[in-house]
Amino acid sequence: MIRLEKRAQPSRGWTIATPIIAVVATMIAGGLMFAALGKDPVEAIRTIFWDPLFGPFASYARPQLLVKAGPLILIAIGLSFGFKAGIWNIGAEGQYIMGALTGAATALAFYPAEWWIIFPLAILAGAVGGFLWAMIPAVLKVRFGTNEILVSLMLVYVAQSLLAAAALGWLRNPEGMGFPGSRNLAQWAATANPELIAGTGMHWGVVMAFLSVIVAYVILSRHMLGFSIRVTGQSPRAAAFAGVNPGRLVIVCMGVSGALAGMAGLFEVTGPAGQISIDFNVGYGFTAIIVAFLGRLHPVGILLAGLLMALTYIGGEMAQLSLGLPAAAIQLFQGMLLFFLLAVDVLTNYRIRAARREVA
Amino acid sequence: MKRRTLLASGAGAALAASLGLPLRAQDGPLKVGFIYVGPVGDGGWTFQHDQARQAVEAHFGDAVETIYQESVPEGADAERAITQMVLQGCKLIFTTSFGYMDATVNVAAQFPDVKFEHATGYKTAPNLATYDARFYEGRAVIGTIAGRMTKSNKIGYIGSFPIPEVIQGINSSFIHARKVNPDVEMVVAWAYTWFDPAKEADAAKAMIEQGVDVVMQHTDSTAPQAAAAEAGNVFTFGQASDMAAFKPTPRISSIIDNWAPYYIKRVQAVLDGTWESSRFWGGIGDGEVLIGDITEAVPAEVKAEAEALRDAIGSGAYHPFTGPLSKQDGSVWLAEGEVATDEVLSGMNFYVEGIVGDIPS
Repeated sequence: MIRLEKRAQPSRGWTIATPIIAVVATMIAGGLMFAALGKDPVEAIRTIFWDPLFGPFASYARPQLLVKAGPLILIAIGLSFGFKAGIWNIGAEGQYIMGALTGAATALAFYPAEWWIIFPLAILAGAVGGFLWAMIPAVLKVRFGTNEILVSLMLVYVAQSLLAAAALGWLRNPEGMGFPGSRNLAQWAATANPELIAGTGMHWGVVMAFLSVIVAYVILSRHMLGFSIRVTGQSPRAAAFAGVNPGRLVIVCMGVSGALAGMAGLFEVTGPAGQISIDFNVGYGFTAIIVAFLGRLHPVGILLAGLLMALTYIGGEMAQLSLGLPAAAIQLFQGMLLFFLLAVDVLTNYRIRAARREVA
Repeated sequence: MKRRTLLASGAGAALAASLGLPLRAQDGPLKVGFIYVGPVGDGGWTFQHDQARQAVEAHFGDAVETIYQESVPEGADAERAITQMVLQGCKLIFTTSFGYMDATVNVAAQFPDVKFEHATGYKTAPNLATYDARFYEGRAVIGTIAGRMTKSNKIGYIGSFPIPEVIQGINSSFIHARKVNPDVEMVVAWAYTWFDPAKEADAAKAMIEQGVDVVMQHTDSTAPQAAAAEAGNVFTFGQASDMAAFKPTPRISSIIDNWAPYYIKRVQAVLDGTWESSRFWGGIGDGEVLIGDITEAVPAEVKAEAEALRDAIGSGAYHPFTGPLSKQDGSVWLAEGEVATDEVLSGMNFYVEGIVGDIPS
């Protein structure tokens, strides 16, 4: 018999080793799958992990990693605040949509002015939009004790309907010949969120993502708020004795994640996406939940996890193109990576013991 | 550490990246890329585009190599997907959904020596052409069958999004249903998706409960067909692909998108060096819109009537939008004998007289 024994302290060595083991295990299992699909497994793995960083087209793919990782990191950092304290905001996708909508609507109200103030104003409006959308589940939880998981998740679908209504109706491009979709914000100088240095992929959203990592690190490790969050997550009762106001903590954590998700939406709609369209959201808000846990709710971990997720996306696309792998196989491969990471994670907190037979 | 190396190497490549990327040398076969919005097995829109891609491969053999990427989201990811196809050496790229328009425009501007073809859009450039199909021609034919086959005189239409292409289809099918059956009414439901079996099934079931006995769809899944089969005594039409699995009922005919002739023509043009940017809008006459097998559930005289209409449209003898026609509000749209212009059709945002309800906006 094998049994698991809880460690008194999470193992430091395993904390570092488990992601590497998980990646290796994914490569082996994924390689077997690719072989079963009739592709060269070594070439497939190399295409996914190596080519985006060092392959012949890496000068294009590397900046794209940042473009893809930026919103994931920004949203995941916000989510990690609440997740650490046991406050489950599952609706970041909705807050992301609302931030893009309010930000784009605010900016377009000034069209075609070219004032520099419009972009900062749009960022602010995006953050407020995401914040207010997150306040709905937060206030309902504090006032009426509703379940924030359900409410925030359901509000994603409401936000999607609002998005469709905006793209078809009140934000539709008057010069778009009746087709759905807003004006292109990336092509309007006042709101454009382009690469800051050509060829780096760094736009304001990526800058904000890196800033959020630093700020979150400081707050979570040095600030009273970080202490309140940690204590609440470990023991709500102890937190109450320590003077933490649980209602206020819910508002703060939901608010932070909502505002960051809203900003991510704004940076996306003014940059890579360019316009409000019916299919504007592509699941960053949900993927960010995975990124947050993959990064162990630690800011630096989230940074690395976001980049790793981006790598599997970009590498996966390359593998689709150059090897003809089906999209579903790439998704399976990503799923394997998460599965192994979480499975091997057990070793951080538990040790494996061969149980001795005991005399009854 | 990782971040710094990323940034440093990125900055080093800064200027080279915008244009000076290593493009694979063009020796050997012409490489043609396809960007798909759904999975190749969706049984509808993307499936038909992929059939055409395979037809291109079969037609040209070793002279052409094709690659594709499926389930590419419309939005931020599309631009990267298209760019990567260029970097892989594609000289001709088909982006097969409306939502890829701005992404295609952006990439086309960066790579002037690569040809781009964007489906159903309206923006062109010297190296960017558009192509579309006159689905409304096919809708006229199945609208005729629907008008003849309904017993409750209620026809349902599952719309995807209220865009001109879909509104053309609603108007065309309604006009021709009413032409053969003046008592016919049309119930329109908007699914706000191109492909979502659950939503499409819900829409179909809700219509059938309202007494609709012929369901048309402008969405790509077979879910409405399955819902109709379950209800019994309800007829449907295959959309985008033949959906032959539901023959002979509920599927009594279908509109098939056949992109192969256009794709083969355009690939040939690139091979010959005669490719030029254009706006192509092909219909029944071009073989781009096909009417699938009309099953034995349809009486012979109705079948003959539908086929005669199909042939009249195909030969150019008849245009589905020929006056006299009025708009929903009763104002005159087309006078006797007048034919709608392509310009009006491609921006169509109104119902014709007799359709109840508003276009959502």
